[in-house]
Amino acid sequence: MKFVTAIIKPFKLDEVREALSAIGVQGVTVTEVKGFGRQKGHTELYRGAEYVVDFLPKVKIEAAIRSDQIDQVIEAIEKSASTGKIGDGKIFVFDLEQVVRIRTGETGTDAL
Amino acid sequence: MKRVFALLALVGAVAIGAPAWAEEKVAAPAATATVAAPAEMAGMSGMAAEAAPAAAAAPVAVVNKGDNAWVMISAALVILMSIPGLALFYGGLVRSKNMLSVLMQVFTVFSLITVLWVVYGYSAAFTEGNQFFGVLDKLFLKGVTPESVGATFSKGVVISELAFVIFQGAFAAITCGLIVGAFAERARFAAILVFMVIWFTLSYIPMAHMVWYWAGPDAYIDAAAGEAAGKTAGFLFQKGALDFAGGTVVHINAAIAGLVGAYMIGKRTGLGNVAMAPHSLTFTMIGASLLWFGWFGFNAGSALEASGGAALAMVNTWVATACAALSWMFAEWMIKGKPSMLGAASGAVAGLVAITPAAGFVGVMGAIVIGLLAGIICLWGVNGLKKLLGADDSLDVFGIHGVGGILGAILTGVFVDPALGGTGVYDYVANKVGDFDMTTQVISQLWGVGTVIVWSGVVSIVAYKLVDVVIGLRVAEDEEREGLDVTSHGETAYHH
Repeated sequence: MKFVTAIIKPFKLDEVREALSAIGVQGVTVTEVKGFGRQKGHTELYRGAEYVVDFLPKVKIEAAIRSDQIDQVIEAIEKSASTGKIGDGKIFVFDLEQVVRIRTGETGTDAL
Repeated sequence: MKRVFALLALVGAVAIGAPAWAEEKVAAPAATATVAAPAEMAGMSGMAAEAAPAAAAAPVAVVNKGDNAWVMISAALVILMSIPGLALFYGGLVRSKNMLSVLMQVFTVFSLITVLWVVYGYSAAFTEGNQFFGVLDKLFLKGVTPESVGATFSKGVVISELAFVIFQGAFAAITCGLIVGAFAERARFAAILVFMVIWFTLSYIPMAHMVWYWAGPDAYIDAAAGEAAGKTAGFLFQKGALDFAGGTVVHINAAIAGLVGAYMIGKRTGLGNVAMAPHSLTFTMIGASLLWFGWFGFNAGSALEASGGAALAMVNTWVATACAALSWMFAEWMIKGKPSMLGAASGAVAGLVAITPAAGFVGVMGAIVIGLLAGIICLWGVNGLKKLLGADDSLDVFGIHGVGGILGAILTGVFVDPALGGTGVYDYVANKVGDFDMTTQVISQLWGVGTVIVWSGVVSIVAYKLVDVVIGLRVAEDEEREGLDVTSHGETAYHH
């Protein structure tokens, strides 16, 4: 099993969700986060005063999936979250040791 | 905290004492005056009917109920400008961790000045004294009863003095409230309160007296009586400076105090490095709209009568503000590429400020020009000029109220010209509009602007210095970073 974390632009969330549903991902967890990468921050101008914005708002998506889904999932996120501009985000993939569905006690891929 | 209360007591003593020495200087009765003083219609000027000897000869004046109603409603409208109008306008512009601190500052300053106004402020500002201060005959509104009357701008027309007291008190309160925007997000709460007591006493009261105090139109029976009455008026009233509803007394006065404060308190920690974007432009829009609404009382109420003049002031307040909102927005659109809500709201406030001294004096074309210029020039005030000045005037009190106030004061002298659609200046001796000379009038206006800049500047420097030595103007850097809501007030505006 794999655990996928993707950091994306907030306004791309709906597209990513739809793309993941379309390829059979059963559930995701979404968190509003802030951070910076190569995009760094930017300056904003309010009434003549410039402010450097260090941390940009992003959305973090987490999904636990079967190992054989990983290429499809990566492709789906990559396509749906892309604008081609700097700041589109990143996808991180981890090996996932165990999953437990709390209600039934199922474990492993049955619990996904 | 003991030190704070001790200082408050000290300041209270100074406050009561200051007009008292003014009283001593007032020995010479004004009736022997020889220098001619033009009798003019200034906006909102105050008087004490019993102070005018001529009143004794006149039949007992009966309060005009329509005028009275309008002035009382206007007073309530001006109070709405402070709370919640100004509080929300400012509150939306700060970061969410400082929201309550700004709301508290405006709310508390409003309450504080209200109390000071009835204790000694009204008396020191609106009784006959010297050219700068009144006297303390009406401490705690002594002798001001439901039967007391005050003059308007028409002979033989009076309103209740108590209505005038609350109307003027609302002006004093919002003026002090305006100042807090300049040092928002870093000033110590106790320091603000003590500063306000000193500044209100030594800058607001004398400015109000200088610009607005006069004996009232009924004293201008003939040339000799007019001259005598003219000599009892405030310093700038005698100079012929026109200020319909408070461009100098309220806006430039507060803006200078704010600018001095921004310099003396210093820049916000992290300015230019951390995001200081307004946390809710929604609140700022609501606040700006409430200011606009309340300003109809501020400007049209300053006619002190429910008259055609009041309607003129109301229309001008409406039109100039719309022009300024549009001109700021279009200029910003051209320069920055996008028309912003913050720009439109800021432009509206700039227009309101600029039309204030002119509201009852200029025609609608004058109001349109003043409004259009205010939006563009104040946009420069918060950009180019702000960089030149180098002070961290957090919410642009000087860029908008100072620049807009000065612009409005000068343009009042231009557009009051009957040839440009203005009302001209009324001569109460001849009972008609007097001859108008624009150069003379603009010079009078510059007297007003120059006086308030110097006076408020000096008082502010001394007051901030004193407060800094005794309690300190700024909160600790850690407290500033954490936000004043929690560190100064122990509560938060939002629970996430």
